[in-house]
Amino acid sequence: MTEIKNLEERFQARIDDEQKIEPRDWMPDEYRKTLVRQISQHAHSEVVGMLPEGNWITRAPSLKRKAILLAKVQDEAGHGLYLYSACETLGTSRERTIDDLLSGKAKYSSIFNYPTLTWADIGAVGWLVDGAAIMNQVMLCRTSYGPYARAMVRICKEESFHQRQGYEIMAVLAKGSPEQKEMAQDALNRWWWPSLMMFGPTDANSPNSAQSIKWKIKRQSNDELRQIFIDRTVQQAEAIGLSIPDPDLKWNDETKHYDWGVIDWTEFNNVVAGNGPCNKERLAARNKAHAEGAWVREAAVAYAAKKAKRKAA
Amino acid sequence: MSENPNNWPLWEVFIQSKRGLDHKHVGSLHAADADMAIENARDVYTRRQEGNSIWVVESAHIHSSRPEDADSLFDPSDDKIYRHPTFYTVPEGAKYI
Repeated sequence: MTEIKNLEERFQARIDDEQKIEPRDWMPDEYRKTLVRQISQHAHSEVVGMLPEGNWITRAPSLKRKAILLAKVQDEAGHGLYLYSACETLGTSRERTIDDLLSGKAKYSSIFNYPTLTWADIGAVGWLVDGAAIMNQVMLCRTSYGPYARAMVRICKEESFHQRQGYEIMAVLAKGSPEQKEMAQDALNRWWWPSLMMFGPTDANSPNSAQSIKWKIKRQSNDELRQIFIDRTVQQAEAIGLSIPDPDLKWNDETKHYDWGVIDWTEFNNVVAGNGPCNKERLAARNKAHAEGAWVREAAVAYAAKKAKRKAA
Repeated sequence: MSENPNNWPLWEVFIQSKRGLDHKHVGSLHAADADMAIENARDVYTRRQEGNSIWVVESAHIHSSRPEDADSLFDPSDDKIYRHPTFYTVPEGAKYI
């Protein structure tokens, strides 16, 4: 008992001293569990996040936009892989992590359970969804677990183009015909609130946050990050002549932040619980892809064995 | 650690970003064999011209020191400050040393 207590104290002292925790270091079980849950959810989000965007690859309005979207979706696959690898350093097997996604046991970001109805949605996803994700990911570059932090640094480097290309799509549409501008505004209207939900429950309703902040897994609270995102994004919307769909949005000269309305947490909880517009579709698509890729995984193993045998002969 | 024989082993990836520099560990991936690991490493870790050369090593072949041994393992170098040039007094007036 005292030994565990000593280990925990040394662990916390290392974190307080801003030293990273590495895979083979001793860590409390809860720290490990929290990270496995968080990193695998994050990885699943990257992977499932390819689906709403993949929906528009064949229908992108120009070759340039198509090439950009392909590159972005390919990045998301890479980000998923960086994160699965980081998760694996905690002693989980890749197979189990993926199985948990496919069986519906593991969660991924609820934002990807919304449909991408028009081309402007691809703009809104890049600008708002990637924008919100970046807020979180920039913070996670300084997370206390070494492999997670390193994956995040890599991801953040690549992610900034994602947000910019989305914002550019919105800016071009907003400057286009009245119909195009309307399409951009409609996408903003539909994606705004779900994007704010991406930061998670309010601090008051986020019981695990305090421990995560003490362990420096997180360094800023959900509400803090959400507020910074709002402050930045409102200005960006104004710059391209679109309006944020929140009648309560108002600059507060005292706090130097925007005041804003209330998130519909019933909707949030409903989507998390599996009842969003696309939950079933997303999971079915992942299961289908995994099942249809089974022969490739088997063939690769057989081919590798054959090559090794030939080499030995 | 694989539960299924059809699962690909894990490989650690090292990238040299420019000729003359060290190969640096960048992460890991699963692949059926070394050739596939190199190809996948190219797609995953060098999408933006980060690479000039790739090494892959099966993770199972890496041996490492134990973090809990770090104190005693590295202890011998703690008290040998004479291995650093700053330990020595250079007479005044001497140059280029």
